[in-house]
Amino acid sequence: MNANISPSKQKLRRVFGIVRKETRQAWRDPSSILVAVVLPLILLFLFGYGVTFDPRFFTVGLVVEQPTPESGSFTAALSHSPYFRIETARDRRTFEAALVAGDIHGIVVLPADFAEQAYRGESAPIQVIVDGSDPNTADLVGNYLGLLWANWLEQESVGRAQPLLPTAVELQPQVWFNPEASSRHYLVPGSIAIILTMIGALLTALVIAREWERGTMEALLATPIEIPELLVGKLVPYFLLGMGSMALSVATAVLLFGVPFRGSFALLTLVSAVFLLAALGQGLLISTVTRNQLVAAQVSILSAFLPAFYFSNFVFEIDSMPWALQLISYAVPARYFVSTLQTLFLAGDIWSVILPDLLGLAAIATGFFTLTAITTRRRLE
Amino acid sequence: MWRRILALITKELLASVRDRQTRWVVLFSPPFLLLIYAFAITQEVTNVSMAVLNQDLGREARELVSRFEGAETFERIHYLTGVAEIAPAIESQDVIMVLHLGPDFSRRIAAGERAEVQLLLDGRRTNAAQILLGYATRIVARFNETLSKGGARPPTRVITRAWFNPNAEPLWSAVPALFAVLTAMVGFMVSALAVARERELGTFEQLLVSPLQPVEILVGKTVPALLIALTSASAMLALGWIVLDVPLRGSLIGLFAGMAVYLAAIIGIGLFISSLASTQQQAVIGLLLYLVPAVLLSGYATPVENMPNWLQWLSTTNPITHFIAICKGVFLRAVPADVILRHIWPMALIATTTLSAGAWLFRRRTT
Repeated sequence: MNANISPSKQKLRRVFGIVRKETRQAWRDPSSILVAVVLPLILLFLFGYGVTFDPRFFTVGLVVEQPTPESGSFTAALSHSPYFRIETARDRRTFEAALVAGDIHGIVVLPADFAEQAYRGESAPIQVIVDGSDPNTADLVGNYLGLLWANWLEQESVGRAQPLLPTAVELQPQVWFNPEASSRHYLVPGSIAIILTMIGALLTALVIAREWERGTMEALLATPIEIPELLVGKLVPYFLLGMGSMALSVATAVLLFGVPFRGSFALLTLVSAVFLLAALGQGLLISTVTRNQLVAAQVSILSAFLPAFYFSNFVFEIDSMPWALQLISYAVPARYFVSTLQTLFLAGDIWSVILPDLLGLAAIATGFFTLTAITTRRRLE
Repeated sequence: MWRRILALITKELLASVRDRQTRWVVLFSPPFLLLIYAFAITQEVTNVSMAVLNQDLGREARELVSRFEGAETFERIHYLTGVAEIAPAIESQDVIMVLHLGPDFSRRIAAGERAEVQLLLDGRRTNAAQILLGYATRIVARFNETLSKGGARPPTRVITRAWFNPNAEPLWSAVPALFAVLTAMVGFMVSALAVARERELGTFEQLLVSPLQPVEILVGKTVPALLIALTSASAMLALGWIVLDVPLRGSLIGLFAGMAVYLAAIIGIGLFISSLASTQQQAVIGLLLYLVPAVLLSGYATPVENMPNWLQWLSTTNPITHFIAICKGVFLRAVPADVILRHIWPMALIATTTLSAGAWLFRRRTT
């Protein structure tokens, strides 16, 4: 009967047959739904509500060596600040143990004559000790206390005989694209890259490694289907699953968490599709090389998931890393995708950012598929 | 009974150690990852590019710009010639920050007026922008101090001393937290597929019809996983301490006690997820579905105190939160034993609950 159908039609029919079978299988397996629907919602929810760089308040131990009117007004300034919760004591040793135990973020000591010292222009009239085991928080506590001290001093100096020199140069910062500097606005777009990496690389690696592990891949190869047709047929459903999950994530981010989206959806779809191809290519390569689900899972976590988290500017700054690690980051697809996502969500269609990202992703995708083609052929010979 | 358990433990250990791929992935890759990622987690910002638009020809303006040029943070400084160049420089991510001094900067300082300087930051990298803003604020504050005039003195500054890590060594804060997270990954890798793999291959039924009781199977699966994970974790610990030279100031015994209970809790969760799953694929996915939120809620990337109260409460049921607290405490702050104990007992509770649930599921899921 095949005699009356042209070869290209037969090809399409074969591919479509595999697509249909794989789609049903993916649909029935709860783990695909978990990865494509539940995981994105959990991640977006966490980045939307919980996980944030924006501090709520710091707990600080305040030691007043001798109460004076000035120490009273400084204590009031500190306790009125929304950034600080204070505990007071006369002896600093009370708080030193708490700082070691990690119960407080810092200690502020007001010596008996701190106000006079401040006016004599001596440096460090008050002592501030912070918990350096968390440098980020330590920095913030120091910065906020510095600002509070400057404001307090300015207010106190009003009405004094010898006024303090007013601040000569004032810095007026403006954070573009994210004026409130909300960490949700840049963490949520970045997390979409993590979600698609898991669907593309991890889920695909597992699904195809299972075929190799069970020997069903060899069985399929004995049929008239050719290797490229088989792989396309296997990848199409996971590509669609990934695009669906991307749409769900973007909708949740914009509608539920109020993250702005200033670019165009057409461009987002294009870049996501190319990124998914790169991630699917990586998953395919991993499964072809390992041919074992356990090892495929471990390798894709180590080579796709962790790098997407670390080497993508998602949380950690690539520019600040040693050059060898910066070099590695160029091979990580998420690096390009996170950059485009942050630009499309917060800034808009900026071609000077998106075009290089798109080319980088296309190059990586081509590389993965070429390597897969080479290894598959060699493995079968 | 003990002989049966011992036989199972021996078999499991041999199976893992003899498999080349497992040996490589579980024993050798975690220390390697510690070495790589320890350098990736920097909470300071360096090597970034900034731009300066200086529209003032005065000496003070040049002086302020040279303060920025002298800062090590900025690898490249671009000089702009007009306001129109600011937006393209930031949008294209050529620079992360632009310092803009208006034409009347020096004149205002000479007149004793307040001179305003604009600092424009790229909000797509908000965290880096915030850190850079802190650096810039400090540079400007120091610049202000040099501008004394007449009899008036510039205001004094607060000088902060950081205990435990006075030079803000990035590795010192990165290694303890990364060690805790990688140890969790090892614990999951050795336990997660333990049951699911056998179930998929059909060998788990054979175990269940053998004279072994579910509790014995549980012990036989937990102990080898614990031994392998402890070996790998100890290698990472030695690497962090000796090679990366992170100080270990607290009690090593306390750290190992915490590590054993932590791994028991992690393996308990791993076995529980593994027994829930009917295929390896489900086990891996289920595990990641637990691991990713657990790491995010552990205070690893962002502080636990920043979360809303109910999420903070939830994170007390997360073993990773407790072990990160122990690691940071023991490595850098030399915490006393009672603080370590405060974090050990919740992990012990989690271990007991998940391990018993796992044993119960062995039977349930087969029928």
